Amino acid sequence: MTVAGKTYLGMPTAPPGVGQLRGDESFPDAAETALANGQLRRNLANATSTIRAKRAAVVAEVPDWQELRAAAAAVKDDVLAHLDSYLVQLEARVTERGGVVHWARDANEANRIVTELVAATGSREVVKVKSMATQEIGLNQALEEAGILAFETDLAELIVQLGDDRPSHILVPAIHRNRTEIRDIFLSEMAGVDCGLTDDPAALAEAARRYLREKFLTTKVAISGANFAIADTGTLMVVESEGNGRMCLTLPDTLITVMGIEKLLPSFTDLEVFLQLLPRSSTGERMNPYTSMWTGVHPGDGPQEFHLVLLDNGRTATLADERGRAALRCIRCSACLNVCPVYERTGGHAYGSVYPGPIGAVLSPQLTGVADNPSLPFASTLCGACYDVCPVAIDIPKMLVHLRERVNQDKATSHRLPTPESAGMAAASWAMRGHRRWTWLLRAARLGRLARLSRLSRSAAGRRLLPPPLSAWVSSRDLPAPPAQSFRDWWAEQ
Amino acid sequence: MTARDEVLARISTALGRARGEAPGEISGAAAIPRRYRRAGATAAGEGVPAGVGHQAELVELLVDRLVDYRATVTRSEPAGVADVLAQRLGQHRIDSVLVPDGFPEEWLGAVSAERRTDDALTPAQLDGIDGVLCTGTLAIAETGTIVLDSGPGQGRRALSLVPDYLLIVLTSDQIVAGVPEAVARLDSGRPLTWISGPSATSDIELNRVEGVHGPRTLDVILIQAARPGF
Repeated sequence: MTVAGKTYLGMPTAPPGVGQLRGDESFPDAAETALANGQLRRNLANATSTIRAKRAAVVAEVPDWQELRAAAAAVKDDVLAHLDSYLVQLEARVTERGGVVHWARDANEANRIVTELVAATGSREVVKVKSMATQEIGLNQALEEAGILAFETDLAELIVQLGDDRPSHILVPAIHRNRTEIRDIFLSEMAGVDCGLTDDPAALAEAARRYLREKFLTTKVAISGANFAIADTGTLMVVESEGNGRMCLTLPDTLITVMGIEKLLPSFTDLEVFLQLLPRSSTGERMNPYTSMWTGVHPGDGPQEFHLVLLDNGRTATLADERGRAALRCIRCSACLNVCPVYERTGGHAYGSVYPGPIGAVLSPQLTGVADNPSLPFASTLCGACYDVCPVAIDIPKMLVHLRERVNQDKATSHRLPTPESAGMAAASWAMRGHRRWTWLLRAARLGRLARLSRLSRSAAGRRLLPPPLSAWVSSRDLPAPPAQSFRDWWAEQ
Repeated sequence: MTARDEVLARISTALGRARGEAPGEISGAAAIPRRYRRAGATAAGEGVPAGVGHQAELVELLVDRLVDYRATVTRSEPAGVADVLAQRLGQHRIDSVLVPDGFPEEWLGAVSAERRTDDALTPAQLDGIDGVLCTGTLAIAETGTIVLDSGPGQGRRALSLVPDYLLIVLTSDQIVAGVPEAVARLDSGRPLTWISGPSATSDIELNRVEGVHGPRTLDVILIQAARPGF
């Protein structure tokens, strides 16, 4: 039990029953459903290959990319090492400038704070700019239960909301939908849409513009997330493309921003690093079309009432694990999703959390506690592509291995008998420890039979041929056929 | 215990501090390794000495980047700005144009469109105006970005957002090479809007579509000299 530092045990994680960090089924089960959907795989393969090429081209333009990456990692590590001091500094600056800062231990508390703030304005409708934090806590549902309608204004979020669907990507939540599917959703769900709407992306964007314009011009309350908050100035920042963010951040009377406590940068100067890394990593652009920054309230310009909700919801539990903490460096660019061979084939829904892909596989289990997301650290080939593209240099593969240890340890403490995995690994460990044992085993025809059986076992009928737990092991793995002669035998003969 | 105190206590515990131990001094920006380019460089990565040649190179780079984002750039000598501006408005059939306080009057001499001022217009009233003119705070060549800070000639943030046509007049001495030079020049206390091309979305099969909620047209007039009065 040496792996588990003592500190993260007992630190409160994100509570169950609220928000979207846990799936209804394990990753392998959800992935099996996704893998059977050919349309989904085609949509994803098109989208991820397009964005990979765009990102690679604009990153290659930047000669000091690795130096920027090193600086970004150092900045975020400095934030995490002094997180309480920076938060207190941010709170002071925002307050000085006329904003009001609220603290939320978890999703329930954040939802209650926001609901009360909206209720106090007397408004029953809010416009929302896409926000991972509010998806994480299930804010829209909480508002709905309080009789408040939330309108998502990002085009992809709108597609997801109208389709009664779930987002499947951090940056492009409707990446799993193609244009025909989107047209069909608009035709059936969007009030006042032209029934002759085509599936041309420009026509679909125009339909969304018309639908949302009146909301922007009349709604008095907006809710946003934040890409960054600057501790030394109290400045908040949102990057976006469509202008829906600017609409929400400037036109309403009241702005409520919900932000994870880790999304801080120490100084305004640090933006020189992150505004170079984020757009190129996420949309593959030199710069996103719109970036908005505001500091408290600006008299005569924009909302005259500003509330900032600082959200923990499992982040301090993540901070407590020294080997998992770096997941909190994440700036939600989604570069790791687009290069991941597992994400490309299963899509985001299989991860069960609003944070899918490689970063989701390390972030979600830490926010919820590994017991609530035990399959996610295994949802990876450990190929390392995610680490290569990460603008804040999170070593995701290394962290996945660490979290696998934590999952196994968690199972060991809650099971009296050894788990099938640990029994199997112990047997393999014994066999590999001595070269005589290993040579003997290689020669044994049983291994060959096992491998042949494993191929059979991937068919539904053949799966019964191997008993559990081996059936589960081989159902998602290909075993190579053993060679007719081992290298050791060949060497001995020569 | 309040939520604030509890979250702060959790952080302290998570970082392994003993109970009651004060958090360490925050190190600020000084402790961060900054071996990346911070000034005087172009996209080619070679430091270019500041001067006339450097500024000319930045102009070309900015124009290239803006056009790549489907903005339109028209270059003008200082004496020709009024004519170029009127011609751009005419080409886009702008019948009513909002002119923020502080926009140089000498650039408006040839404008025939109805001129409106910002008399605390409501969002719906702004929506009824065809286009808006403004100046900029600075522009970043490497990324094709124009930054507004709601200063004179720019007006509040909503002005450059709601009307469908946006025309920004820049002078070539407002162009900096990269993001670090821009951040160093900006005042964090002002509301800042960074604009890189017109409103766009890539949410449908990652096809870029211009014009979702912000202005669908971004027109830039670049004056090859210093701005009047600067």
